[in-house]
Amino acid sequence: MSEGRVNQLEKEAVKSKAEVNEPVLVLDHVTMQFGGLIAVNDFDNKVIKGELLGLIGPNGAGKTTVFNVVTGIYYPTKGRIIFDDIDITPFKPYQITHLGIARTFQNIRLFYDLTVLENVLVAQHHELSNPDADRILMRNGKSPKNTQKMWFWRAVTKLGYTSKEKEMLERAKNLIEKVGLSHVMYEKASALPYGEQRKLEIARALATEPKLLLLDEPAAGMNPKETEDLMSFIRRVRDEFNVTVFLIEHDMKVVMGVCERIIVMDYGKIIAEGTPEEIQNNPRVIEAYLGKEWENV
Amino acid sequence: MNQEVFFLQNFFNALMLGGLYALIAVGYTMVYGILRLINFAHGDIMMMGVYFAFYTAVLFSSPPLIAAIVAVAGAAGLGFLIDRIAYKPLRNAPRISALITAIGMSFFLESFAVVVFGAVQKPFVQIFKTKESKVILNKVLMVGGARIPLLTFLVILLTLAIFAVLFLIVYKSKIGMAMRAISMDIPTTALMGINVDGVIGFTFALGSALAAASGIMWAMRYPNVYPYMGFMPGMKAFIAAVVGGIGSIPGAVVGGLLLGFIEIFTVSYFPTMSGYRDAFSFIILILILMFKPSGILGKKAIEKV
Amino acid sequence: MSMVEKKLSTKTQVILTLLFILGMALLLWWADKGFDSYKQRVLRLIGIYAIMAVSLNLINGITGIFSLGHAGFILIGAYTAAILTLTPSEKAMSYLFGIQPWIKNLHADFFTATLAGGFMAALAAFLIGWPVLRLTGDYLAIASLGFAEIVRIWANNALTITNGPLGLKAIPEYSNIWWVYGWLLFTVVFIASLVYSSYGRALKAIRESRIAAESMGINVFKHQLMSFVVGAFFAGISGSLYAHWLTTVDPRITTMGPMLTFYVLIMIVLGGLGSITGSLIGAAIFAILFEWLRDLEQPFNFFGITVPGIPGIRILVISALFIAVMIFWQRGIMGREELTWNNLYKWLFARRKEGEKS
Repeated sequence: MSEGRVNQLEKEAVKSKAEVNEPVLVLDHVTMQFGGLIAVNDFDNKVIKGELLGLIGPNGAGKTTVFNVVTGIYYPTKGRIIFDDIDITPFKPYQITHLGIARTFQNIRLFYDLTVLENVLVAQHHELSNPDADRILMRNGKSPKNTQKMWFWRAVTKLGYTSKEKEMLERAKNLIEKVGLSHVMYEKASALPYGEQRKLEIARALATEPKLLLLDEPAAGMNPKETEDLMSFIRRVRDEFNVTVFLIEHDMKVVMGVCERIIVMDYGKIIAEGTPEEIQNNPRVIEAYLGKEWENV
Repeated sequence: MNQEVFFLQNFFNALMLGGLYALIAVGYTMVYGILRLINFAHGDIMMMGVYFAFYTAVLFSSPPLIAAIVAVAGAAGLGFLIDRIAYKPLRNAPRISALITAIGMSFFLESFAVVVFGAVQKPFVQIFKTKESKVILNKVLMVGGARIPLLTFLVILLTLAIFAVLFLIVYKSKIGMAMRAISMDIPTTALMGINVDGVIGFTFALGSALAAASGIMWAMRYPNVYPYMGFMPGMKAFIAAVVGGIGSIPGAVVGGLLLGFIEIFTVSYFPTMSGYRDAFSFIILILILMFKPSGILGKKAIEKV
Repeated sequence: MSMVEKKLSTKTQVILTLLFILGMALLLWWADKGFDSYKQRVLRLIGIYAIMAVSLNLINGITGIFSLGHAGFILIGAYTAAILTLTPSEKAMSYLFGIQPWIKNLHADFFTATLAGGFMAALAAFLIGWPVLRLTGDYLAIASLGFAEIVRIWANNALTITNGPLGLKAIPEYSNIWWVYGWLLFTVVFIASLVYSSYGRALKAIRESRIAAESMGINVFKHQLMSFVVGAFFAGISGSLYAHWLTTVDPRITTMGPMLTFYVLIMIVLGGLGSITGSLIGAAIFAILFEWLRDLEQPFNFFGITVPGIPGIRILVISALFIAVMIFWQRGIMGREELTWNNLYKWLFARRKEGEKS
């Protein structure tokens, strides 16, 4: 896809979003405290459906903690998290994934001894095995992802299972092709170069068929060429897979080049929010990044 | 026997047993604190120490004190060797590999003892030959109406003295400081120019020496020596280390005493349960791991995501 | 590494597998007729060990739960089945301390008794799994070992149920070649079928990274419990077969205590943690080696000098070997690979190609 077409699509997306402006994720005054340390302090913001939102801030500002609270790894001290009109605050990570939030990790966490194909297939497994998360969906008037029962016995006896396996395989191969990893389909994840490992992690997250994709420093450790590829990849993912993207990033080039809206955190608090241009000129952001002493220089 | 006397007798027994557990537990906790490895063979090093003492006394007819010193030194050397041969090559392997190797080492030492020393139980008190030394075993003191063997007091006092020396080494000496530094961060400590492998070897030697000391006192009180004698005390001392908070030396003391008291008092106040005395410790272990896995004095570790 | 997956058609694989099973059956039939009784006993022991190894491998190697409680499940299976196959009058004779009336009149055929052993072990795994599987790594290892010891100590004390330290004697020797290898076939088919499904991939994913697996929508605890219960079920089955091979069960440390768990651990480490076919190979090698080393414990002739037998030496040799394997050859015979028709074909094919090149 050409750069020009991407930009055009992007503009269209921004326009349509401005008309609808419907939130997919709401963080309602979320606070996360570890002992005496307040990692996230009264985080109150929304992620709008279809947008590309960035979360930046100095080291230790609490960015990853926000992701961990959203994905259920931590239970927030205060506040609520609403995803797709469901209050997901009390739910466990696997349930939240089933409801439609997928993530990647700051330090890559692939299933290294499994092949690329298997990594992607694992991400589809929750469709068979999450009746409790499906009950949450149904309670909230949404359709469950799986309507059949006894998948364990089907898998062991292979009765009424092979067609499902075939369908999962088909889907996984399709996805791998789409993200451009088919040349390493049967390689172990550990054998992939760094950039492709990052890509695979995103592909694996996409295989859970999320509505919201959380990327934790996707460009970390990449060289300029890989970073360039990643930026167009993220845009493509948003458009082709129809997901909302919420990403943490240190590389300002990535953040300013990809994100349509940016939230800045410092010491657990939101200190600024706006378009890339607004953020670049915000004195509080400059202060947080460069420190007060710079004013005196 | 009235209540107070009965209590007093159990109290001293528990204090002694708890102290012995604590001495073994320190070895587990120091190694775990540094390498995150459960040295499964620790109880068997204790057993080997007891055999060293036994054979030094029997074959060279040396006095018990000399035999004990030889045994403690021998066990220290054995602990050092085991680390060098079996655990050091696996420092960078997955943690579970070292654990599996330690399990193998435990069975190796047990079967080594069966082959070399024989599977038959031998009375350890054989090492006391002279009349004077037999006094240690047989003399009984009266304390508040309770009959407490002199040996019990000796064991308690000796344990206290050993702990005093241990605390001096760990908290006041240079090598102790190196040990504590390594337990926090191995690569950084190595960058400070400290011989990490040497310190780890010293930790194994120190822990093994304490286990041997504990084992010798154990064998004087529970009077036999046999190849599997290290298994149960070893397991319980490990549980004591976990209960107290693994990685913490004061925790090992607290855990050891707690286990000793629970074991002695449940058995004496509920004699029908005495067959299950070894099961109690495991139940305590599972409970503590469920509700306070960091133990009584341990620090809580937060998993970084 | 190859870019394309070399694949035999499913039909070819099924035919080859059926032929293999038929061939094995013929071989066993021949062994059943031709072997002397000692070799037959060893052959049956290999099958029993193989069930123990494959089931522990599901828990330890595939799912990455480092459990040391296998002997506990084997013991539960062994006692359950033995109590059921002994007739009421036989039980009345051997229970010296009295017997619970509800146990006395229980009786079942060997197949039902074995199944019951499996289910009792699975139930135990389900109950103990709730607390134990909350833990990870070496804590889990110790807690599961603790569980196995609690079971053993219970068997030593519950006189009217287990006959205490005396154990159960004169258990009929029902474990013939057909029962043992029939159950082994069922075990391997069941576990392989599980491992080569979406569930198996999920279990391996948990082994690789718990946190990532949970984030991919896998209920880690539920899947670990499932693996634990399935593994324990087959451990219980093997326990029943073992009891009806030994013809006695007792709660000593050396019979069904930590020693047995250690043996099974050796088998799966030797074969390769995570490989089902590796476990089978490991079990066979262990059983044969262990029997062969038995000779060292009897007096033997070494270049004209009579060496007295050394009791205990075989465990010494085995554990030294085990430590050496752990230090120098951690992947074991198969690593995490499987000996499948596909892999066999691939290896043979790749080798021929290399041969052509040189």
